[in-house]
Amino acid sequence: MTFEIPKVSYSGKIKEIPLGRGENIITVGGESCYPFHLFEGAIPHPPKIAMEVYDKEPEDWPDTALEPFADVAGDPVAWARKCVDTYGAEMIALQLASTDPNAEDTPADEAAAITKKVSDAVDVPLIVFGTSNTDKDTEVLKAVCETCEGKNLIIGPLGEGNYRAIGATAIGYKHTVMASTPIDINLAKQLNILLGNLNVPDDKIIIDPTTGALGYGLEYCYSVIERIRTAALIQEDERLQFPIIANFAKEVWKTKEVKLSEPEAPLLGDQKKRGVLMEAMTAQCVLLAGADILVMRHPEAINLVKESIQDLMIKGEG
Amino acid sequence: MGLSGIEIFKKLPKTNCGKCGVPTCLAFAMKLATGKAELDACPDLSEDVKEELGEASAPPVRTVVIGTGERAVKLGGETVLFRHEKRFENPPAFTLFLSDKMDESEISAKLTKFKETSYERVGLVLRPAMVAVKGEKDASGFMALVEKVCNDTDAALVLMNEDADALSQAAKTCSNRKPLIYAATMENVETLGNLAMELSCPLAVKGNSLEELAELSEKLIKMGVKDLILDSGARTAGKSLEDQIIIRRSALMKKFKPFGFPTIVFPCEMTDDPMKEAMIACQMVAKYGSIIVLSEIEGHSIFPLLLASMNIFTDPQRPMAVEQKIYEIGATDENSPVLITGNFSLTYFIVSGEVDASRVPSYLLIKDTEGLSVLTAWAAGKFGADTIAPFIKKCGIEEKVKHRKLVIPGYLATISGELEEELPDWEILIGPREASHLPAYLKELSA
Ligand code: B12
Ligand code: SF4
Repeated sequence: MTFEIPKVSYSGKIKEIPLGRGENIITVGGESCYPFHLFEGAIPHPPKIAMEVYDKEPEDWPDTALEPFADVAGDPVAWARKCVDTYGAEMIALQLASTDPNAEDTPADEAAAITKKVSDAVDVPLIVFGTSNTDKDTEVLKAVCETCEGKNLIIGPLGEGNYRAIGATAIGYKHTVMASTPIDINLAKQLNILLGNLNVPDDKIIIDPTTGALGYGLEYCYSVIERIRTAALIQEDERLQFPIIANFAKEVWKTKEVKLSEPEAPLLGDQKKRGVLMEAMTAQCVLLAGADILVMRHPEAINLVKESIQDLMIKGEG
Repeated sequence: MGLSGIEIFKKLPKTNCGKCGVPTCLAFAMKLATGKAELDACPDLSEDVKEELGEASAPPVRTVVIGTGERAVKLGGETVLFRHEKRFENPPAFTLFLSDKMDESEISAKLTKFKETSYERVGLVLRPAMVAVKGEKDASGFMALVEKVCNDTDAALVLMNEDADALSQAAKTCSNRKPLIYAATMENVETLGNLAMELSCPLAVKGNSLEELAELSEKLIKMGVKDLILDSGARTAGKSLEDQIIIRRSALMKKFKPFGFPTIVFPCEMTDDPMKEAMIACQMVAKYGSIIVLSEIEGHSIFPLLLASMNIFTDPQRPMAVEQKIYEIGATDENSPVLITGNFSLTYFIVSGEVDASRVPSYLLIKDTEGLSVLTAWAAGKFGADTIAPFIKKCGIEEKVKHRKLVIPGYLATISGELEEELPDWEILIGPREASHLPAYLKELSA
């Protein structure tokens, strides 16, 4: 018997955003359908994974996460190189965690100098995250923009409180920005409108809807991403037609369940595999919701997700 | 679905007896029409009317029950494509795959893991739900394995065999358990359709394509089989995603009856790598798998899968919340520490679990934050010094303890000064940020 495949008609399309520069540009976005819905639309650029690098040696990571980077953990340049050379990272996400006033409060110029070194050391696109502290991020990210002029870094988070100051600087030095709002489609749209008013070009904006970990609020993030995608593709909401980044590794690896050893919690199985799967499944969920860039930590989790993306990008026959 | 409130009203007894919980038949009809009431609430409906209305008000994806008693598994009943539209109804059943080709020790080990795997989270029990038993050798070996599994666990079963005779035989011996019979195909559709009706068991349908699946399903519906489970035959992640989406959309958007049933998917047949298998299973959790068959149940993969399923199937409109009150954890007395947090279920269960694990008897004050987590509630203006202070004064804790020390969440450190001003008798202690550091903190505090 014949039946008709119920297709959705998409009137919108996600903008294509080139990241990095020169020969090493990686483009994200461009979808004209829901995630991996290849039977009814095109996905010219499959989602990409950015590997995390920290500006200072992390203190609270479980050994299972630190182990692959134990030899480079104190040196962000070596760490970034290792991600690219050993693990084939498509992008690097530098987390300037030590700039947090509640942590070491690393000054802005120092953070910018570290960023410069990392950006000089690798060719792949470089994403740079502050710590969501409005005032400190303004200082740090402005310094980063200046020091790394012309490198088309992807910097953020730009929030309600600091999008003007950072946005203007980013335009001046030609970087891409991450517009960050706490899990709310209306706030996300509003911020993108404001960035537009500020004259940030449309090919320089990525949406960061913020995210929680599997078991820790992921459902809200999952749904807000799905809603943003629906608004962009079906309701032609032009200010939501940007690629989405999901920065969840740091959320996953701080949960209790990745830190418990097998003897402490025998029913939770192997500690390393558990952590890897907690991260990889968080990724799997946001991928299926519509994320374009995943910020990830563990090389084994990354491999699983890469495979998953490959598998889902094969168009099923029939 | 279909019928309006008025149309439903016409079929009701019109006695306005109120036994259904609302004062009039009309009010009840309106509730039915919007899916806010169950037909069974009215005790005075004739069987005919029940069937007619049941059909008309049924969700586009039929609810199918497999198994009996406490371990019965409810699947389907879905009404939307995206979870933000309305709560997804029935979470997937993670199902352990066993075959008569496996040796006895492997089977026992897998069954033991299956049985002991159970987690409590946010007050819910999370565990794998069913066991699938596949016959790949001779009928007697299959029968023996089915019997063993029946004796070993009360969990709902899937019986799988390409040999229709062996399958019938096994299904007959345990039909009281209401197993899922797998699977009707082009070759055996009549035999198995009749068997399913005779035994009142749910039946899986397997096509080699969506077209074939639709044809088979249609045939079975015509035969009168009510409870079907669909297998589109896809055995790769990509094709499977596509098929699941098309099946769900056909049921919802086109009211295409042959696809208005829950599905069964087999990550265990899509890869040999258990980690990758878990990832494919996770995909099915989000995108519409109902029975998800796995080659093994291991804590490191099933736990995150159960979390994913819990996340995807929670109500998007209402966060899970607990009651505002003083929770006494352990044998508290007038010197026990006092902690405060919000009433988001997840927060409450995580924090109370850690307090409990510390073995330091403590009072945990739960303030109503409308089901929001600590920082979300704070950001929403529902968990600041201005609302915490009156709560402390009124909740009764001042009569329960002699001391005046209040431990607040580490993430709320910024409010401590203000809170001290509002509560001059109290000393505010800033607890750790992560609840997992609470046991060490409480031990030190009470030392
Ligand atoms: C999911 C989420 C939401 C969900 C709500 C979920 C819920 N039921 O609460 C939604 C989407 C609705 C939401 C909305 C908002 N959110 Co929100 N949200 C989150 C998110 C991603 C996760 C929160 C969560 O579930 N955490 C898990 C629970 C278990 O954590 P928890 O309650 O804090 O408990 C932990 C600790 O605090 C500790 N603990 C808890 N109690 C106690 C007690 C003691 C004594 C101790 C010692 C420790 C302790 O133990 C727990 C585990 O370690 C966070 C960001 C993040 N990644 O954390 C943002 C976040 C909390 N949200 C934020 C904001 C701003 C908002 C909004 C105000 C945005 C807006 N303007 O609309 C709204 C407000 C809601 C409203 N108006 O009703 C901000 C808060 C910023 C800040 N620092 O103040 C955050 C941090 C995101 C960000 N970085 O901007 N949010
Ligand atoms: S119980 Fe039945 S008859 Fe009585 S009021 Fe309700 S709908 Fe009408």
